[in-house]
Amino acid sequence: MGLTAGSTGLNAVDREKPKEEPGGRAVALAGNPNVGKSTVFNALTGMNQHTGNWPGKTVAVARGRIQLEGESCQLVDLPGTYSLMAHSAEEEVARDFICFSGAGAVVVVCDATCLERGLGLALQTQEITPRMAVCINLMDEAAKKGIELDLALLEKRLGAPVTGASARQGRGLDALMDRVAGVLGDGGPEPEPVRYPPAVEKALDLLLPAVAPALKGKLSPRWVCLRLLEGDPVLMGTLEGFLGGDIRREAQVALALEQAGALLRREGFDRDTLEDAVAKALMQRAEEVCRGAVTCRDEGAAEHSRRLDRILTGKWTGIPVMLLLLAVVFWLTITGANYPSQLLTAAFAWIEGRLAEFFVWIQAPEWLSGALVEGVWRVLAWVVAVMLPPMAIFFPLFTLLEDFGYLPRVAFNLDHCFRRADACGKQALTMAMGFGCNAAGVAGCRIIDSPRERLIAILTNNFVPCNGRFPTLIAILTMFFTAGAVGVWASVAPALLLTAVILLGVAMTFWMSRLLSRTVLRGVPSSFTLELPPYRRPQIGKVLVRSVLDRTLFVLGRAAAVAAPAGLVIWIMANTRVGGETLLALCAAFLDPFARWLGMDGVILLAFILGFPANEIVVPIIIMAYLSAGSLAELESLAQLRELLKANGWTWLTAVCTLLFSLLHWPCSTTCLTIRKETGSAGWTAAAFLLPTAVGMTVCFLLTLTARLLGLG
Amino acid sequence: MNRSISLNTLQEGQSARVERIASRSAMRRRLQDIGLTSGTAVTCLGRSPFGDPAAFCIRGAVIALRDEDSRDVIVSPS
Repeated sequence: MGLTAGSTGLNAVDREKPKEEPGGRAVALAGNPNVGKSTVFNALTGMNQHTGNWPGKTVAVARGRIQLEGESCQLVDLPGTYSLMAHSAEEEVARDFICFSGAGAVVVVCDATCLERGLGLALQTQEITPRMAVCINLMDEAAKKGIELDLALLEKRLGAPVTGASARQGRGLDALMDRVAGVLGDGGPEPEPVRYPPAVEKALDLLLPAVAPALKGKLSPRWVCLRLLEGDPVLMGTLEGFLGGDIRREAQVALALEQAGALLRREGFDRDTLEDAVAKALMQRAEEVCRGAVTCRDEGAAEHSRRLDRILTGKWTGIPVMLLLLAVVFWLTITGANYPSQLLTAAFAWIEGRLAEFFVWIQAPEWLSGALVEGVWRVLAWVVAVMLPPMAIFFPLFTLLEDFGYLPRVAFNLDHCFRRADACGKQALTMAMGFGCNAAGVAGCRIIDSPRERLIAILTNNFVPCNGRFPTLIAILTMFFTAGAVGVWASVAPALLLTAVILLGVAMTFWMSRLLSRTVLRGVPSSFTLELPPYRRPQIGKVLVRSVLDRTLFVLGRAAAVAAPAGLVIWIMANTRVGGETLLALCAAFLDPFARWLGMDGVILLAFILGFPANEIVVPIIIMAYLSAGSLAELESLAQLRELLKANGWTWLTAVCTLLFSLLHWPCSTTCLTIRKETGSAGWTAAAFLLPTAVGMTVCFLLTLTARLLGLG
Repeated sequence: MNRSISLNTLQEGQSARVERIASRSAMRRRLQDIGLTSGTAVTCLGRSPFGDPAAFCIRGAVIALRDEDSRDVIVSPS
């Protein structure tokens, strides 16, 4: 889910392409998606970049510092790419960094269990820079699968340092650092270049003498010549900027390019077939490098993943198991959170009493104790008591599934539905990220290549409730719909209802994606490739520590940081009187007629509006508004909260509408900023704001109308 | 020599070698990037619950492809 300070804080809206390191002492980590680059990065830098078992998780470029032979050096974690031919935004970022930023060295991280493909990328990198080292990661998994690698032979054939590693266990990284330091020192001998078909080589021979002088040693001539023959316009633009002029305009180059082009055409090459030939030659070379150096003793070892897949993605079992897993996660979350939540609520209420007494004792003015105790403290207490326990259970559970490798299977299972909506199956992954934080989900949409499908995913991400909304949903469900339940049902019912609410959000995502595809974002679904990584045994201890420290406490901290000042503002609004009425009551009264049409009241709608900075504070605002209106109850349990809400006119209809509106309303401010950043358009940001809001209002309105017509509300 | 078929008609558990990629779209590049060049061995591992997409083993990795994309990959079953 990539839910860390960097991905959900303000940094989430300020990510840029990698910057140049003065002095060229930067080392870049490149590699195919999901080969454990981020794990290598963390192990080398001691940082905690989020890792997970699914491709495309690192959507941004992470930077850290490492020590190489006593000297500090920047390490750059590039997004995972299959090639450097720049067919997608990530590939362009990776290629541009390797080519044009003057990276001191590039480490290509490969997966030992599918080395050929990784070496394809290494060979492409080698064409650009000889300062390359290969790190073959996941050696432990390869050993389990019965795959043996002859690293010395690979190194000899590749003409570049090759080291093996198992980054999850921290093995092999010291050796890697030594080799990288060596590469950084001197590039070593020029490696043997990949040989292309004779016609292409002849064309290169024509072009090389003209191009080489024009580059002034800044770039590899052979690589530039190949790209000139392919003529990709985007790269030509970047090249022009880098070299300070279009080398194709130089007389000699233009002439040679003309001749080489004519030669290729005579031999039957066009741009497509040329790229085919290049791709094929690279893969063939990778096969040659691996031949005899990689041996698989045990063909049946991958059976374990296959067997699991037969259940988790099976025709009859895939979807039921997925729903069951979702329900079980919610059941564990709700049941497990129940008791600690009660305990915390009671504890905070007790502290509130002591705080109030303290303020009386120091003879503080009433407004001060009111603002601090009833304002700041109460909202903070709610946010912590109600959010902390479910988050501390939900996040680790979710991270375990993620670490295990289940998320890509969800995308695989659901892709058909997304295709029906003319959207991309990877949207399921961005939705999963949305469970953690919608801002992270929106940023994660970068894994979707087609701009049209990416926009659909961004606009609909908010239909998945984030952790800030979960507690609200859970609290309302438990208070109003399962309070009378007894026995096993009492603990199962809220989980089932929450699953139903989530499924409603998912259904909305499909419908709205489809609607967008048929209207403003019309188009055909683009090509789709999704890698299903092998299942891995989750690192339970690490998952627990990381998900509690990185996610839970961070998200809680952010919520608390918003909740405290919000509590103050609300208290001031509730205690500032204009013409005999409080400001809060005035605002609520103003919104009330409209809110009634949506099955809510002015206070609830006002709470949603004031909750724009963070969804977590919606319920505390509602509570404070009601409390300030007079009925000064002590709030020590959800049962008392229910009484308070009922005393303020809540019916089952109010609860349902609040629930639905919580699921279907505008994204929070951080998410809006992220959408602005990702789409670069105020228009699409507005659309992302209005779409869920319009849906929520329509749904609530229709429900209220129906209920009233039937005489139920 | 076996007759050529489309990759999407490969049965679960069946293997084949890639002959050529018929599409000229961006998909052609994508498929080549994941190592699906002519001569590559592929095995169909299974289909998703709704029948589409299907999972294929390509150079040691498991990759899901939609029917509409794998239709353009011409293979000869082995």
